[in-house]
Amino acid sequence: MMHPTKRITRVVLALSALTLVSTYFVPLWRILLWAPQYPEGLEMKIWINTLSGDVKIISALNHYIGMKHIEVSMFPEFEYMVYIVGGIIAIGLLAALWGKRVGLFIYLGVMVATGIAALVDFYLWGYDYGHNLNPDAAIKVEGMSYQPPLIGTKVLLNFTAFSGPDSGGWIFILNGVMLLGLIYVEMHTHKEVPKITTKVD
Amino acid sequence: MKTLTRFIVALAVIGLGASMNGCAPKGPKDAVTGNAASKVYVAPGQYDEFYNIVSGGFNGQIGVYGLPSGRLFRIVPVFSQFPENGYGYSEESKPMLNTSHGYVPWDDLHHIALSVTNGVHDGRWAFANANNTPRVARVDLKTFHTSEIIELPNSGGNHSSPFITENSEYVVAGTRFSVPMGDKVDVPISSYKQNFKGTISFIGVDKTTGRMNIAWQLVTPGVNFDLARAGKGASGGWFFFSCYNTEQAYTLLEVNASQKDKDFIMAVNWKKAEEYIAAGKGKKVKAKYAHNVLDEKTNMTVSTMMEEVMQLDPLELKDIIYFIPCPKSPHGCDTDPTGEYIIGSGKLAALIPVFSFTKIQQAIANQDFEGEFGGIPVIKYEAALHGEVKKPGLGPLHTEFDANGNAYTSFFVSSEIVKWNVKSLEVLDRVPTYYSIGHLCVPGGPTAKPWGKYVIAYNKITKDRYLPTGPELTQSAQLYDISGDKMQLLLDFPTVGEPHYAEAIPANLISPNSVKFYKIEENGHPYAAKGEKEARVERKGNQVHVYMTAIRSHLTPDNIEGVKVGDDVYFHVTNLEQDWDVPHGFAVKGALNAEILIMPGETQTLKWQPKSVGVFPFYCTDFCSALHQEMQGYIRVSPASSNVPLKFSTGKIEAEGTGAN
Repeated sequence: MMHPTKRITRVVLALSALTLVSTYFVPLWRILLWAPQYPEGLEMKIWINTLSGDVKIISALNHYIGMKHIEVSMFPEFEYMVYIVGGIIAIGLLAALWGKRVGLFIYLGVMVATGIAALVDFYLWGYDYGHNLNPDAAIKVEGMSYQPPLIGTKVLLNFTAFSGPDSGGWIFILNGVMLLGLIYVEMHTHKEVPKITTKVD
Repeated sequence: MKTLTRFIVALAVIGLGASMNGCAPKGPKDAVTGNAASKVYVAPGQYDEFYNIVSGGFNGQIGVYGLPSGRLFRIVPVFSQFPENGYGYSEESKPMLNTSHGYVPWDDLHHIALSVTNGVHDGRWAFANANNTPRVARVDLKTFHTSEIIELPNSGGNHSSPFITENSEYVVAGTRFSVPMGDKVDVPISSYKQNFKGTISFIGVDKTTGRMNIAWQLVTPGVNFDLARAGKGASGGWFFFSCYNTEQAYTLLEVNASQKDKDFIMAVNWKKAEEYIAAGKGKKVKAKYAHNVLDEKTNMTVSTMMEEVMQLDPLELKDIIYFIPCPKSPHGCDTDPTGEYIIGSGKLAALIPVFSFTKIQQAIANQDFEGEFGGIPVIKYEAALHGEVKKPGLGPLHTEFDANGNAYTSFFVSSEIVKWNVKSLEVLDRVPTYYSIGHLCVPGGPTAKPWGKYVIAYNKITKDRYLPTGPELTQSAQLYDISGDKMQLLLDFPTVGEPHYAEAIPANLISPNSVKFYKIEENGHPYAAKGEKEARVERKGNQVHVYMTAIRSHLTPDNIEGVKVGDDVYFHVTNLEQDWDVPHGFAVKGALNAEILIMPGETQTLKWQPKSVGVFPFYCTDFCSALHQEMQGYIRVSPASSNVPLKFSTGKIEAEGTGAN
């Protein structure tokens, strides 16, 4: 496990970690809504530290059923997500500098853990947003809650909602895939590595 | 490791698939199927099958369309001035818009009620309500002219109006806003519960002339009345009104009037009320309201200020009204063609309750009440209920009927029309509307004899349906064929104003009676000139009356002199034509009002107050003939102090004037 990695692996790892810097400048996640009155769809984009898109329109529509107005201040995550992503980039770069195979696994572990934590966090917010309704709401449909889908498509009353990664999310996913690829290559070229190193030494 | 790889790859695939927008709902473009075009095509020279009499909402007018083509034939001005033909500007029509507040140039026209005999359309009159300054109008369907407007005292927001009884005995007017009334009107708004009352006015309609009068007003607890329908057949002596805000909120109704699970349908036994009136149980109270009637002989509108109104107090006179609980702020309140079923549409509800008239009668007989509201008995919900339509859609608003026992309900929130069976309460079909339908109309849908065939959706949101015209758009309507089991979208057509309710009536009930022109010998207008010989100019003090005639292609007189700054000039223009569709128009430079359009045989008057000295052109504005552009004249205005003699002529060539006088 403490095998050193190939130089090309280190270079690719460092570069791919650096591509994560772009997630500061593109949206990570998106939620789309269609209603009969909105055939063109309404969109909300989640960035590393903010929201954009038709947030006000969505809030205005959702208040009839007692959902909260969506505000950036609702999400304490926006305060520290920049540091978490920064940390991930740092760990990726350190793993590349360190050049040990175990570094790849640590980096993968951090990435997967962060990904799962983000989904859990998003689910919990969605649960609260969809269930914690204003008791004074004008429209109350018995037994109905409005939790948005975690990922994929769901029909909520007159709305069809979709939730999925946006470009930033895809960059993260591609990073994970890349990392898996690196690990695969490292594992499968395992035996030849000592030979090469011997030669060099 | 492999599991992890699979997980990430799977996630990527799911995300990729979903992000292709493959999940976007089916677009509106997919909705038209089959032979829609041929079903709405009315070939040149052919006529539409139905007249669609459509309220204009905030334009204060009625739009007359043809079905199935969706073509707009005419705009009938009712509660709003119409400079295009001079309605509300001409001396004859100005009194039509008179109220106890003075001249009101605009209103908000929401609902249409066509006259019926034995519950069936008779094609005589269309009634319409003014929402803002409460009034009801009667439009004569022979001329498509507004013939009468009556104001409603003790009312605010005349929304629950002008629904009609099965023999046109009454049209009703229920207040949307309850208001303080009587001597005590300067009260704090917060004293709503104590001081605010609702009224339901029953406006009597004369069997022959259609002439309206407020027969009596019912005084009710303070709530918001929304919509109404008369009973039919066995329930013919009853009227049903939806009411909301039984919370009696007076601020932020969006929240405060949406709290109760149930508001009410109010059932009114109007035959009983008539008995009380006949027995002298009514109370006359002081009330000021205008009653404006067009005299067809003179073409003059006479506005009379009324001084009192008859009221009935259901707290003292029992058995007139009963409340029936109805879920979540009911909007539409519609009775089926048999009169047995009353459908309440809770605009915030996710079900439709259907009440049974028989059960309501039993509940009243058995005193099956759950309590009282404002001293009025409240019938138990279950005791009055025939059944509920489960999960029909979201935001039910209005229901119309066909002749086969089916109901068609509009759903604003889920933007669709849902067809269901009135007896079995089973949902049969649904079609989307574009977008957010308000009212809907089946020809004869509110009557005892629905003509069926089509349902029309009048939508509240237009958005991308037509070529864009900036932020302000026309309204959209859709026509569906309902002759089969499934509703079929046929046509999408723009409408003027913002239509609310509309009715459709077979063309043959109206078109044979349509007036083509007025007979000149029957013209009883006091300022008519029934021939060019009668054309003249008369001065009465500072009033100058021009008795003018119009015939292709000249106006008589067309040279007028001797008018002075400060005069009030009245152009009384009589159209001498006696042929179909030869109107003339009249406009004069600097007029601060509008033009007038004069139909053949008719006289219309435009008042003109010249403010400066000069020679002013006037001309015919309606392209009437090949020499229309020659149909013109001059009027000379001299200083107030001048001695220019009054003189007028047509075709008289004088020796060239010197400018000396």
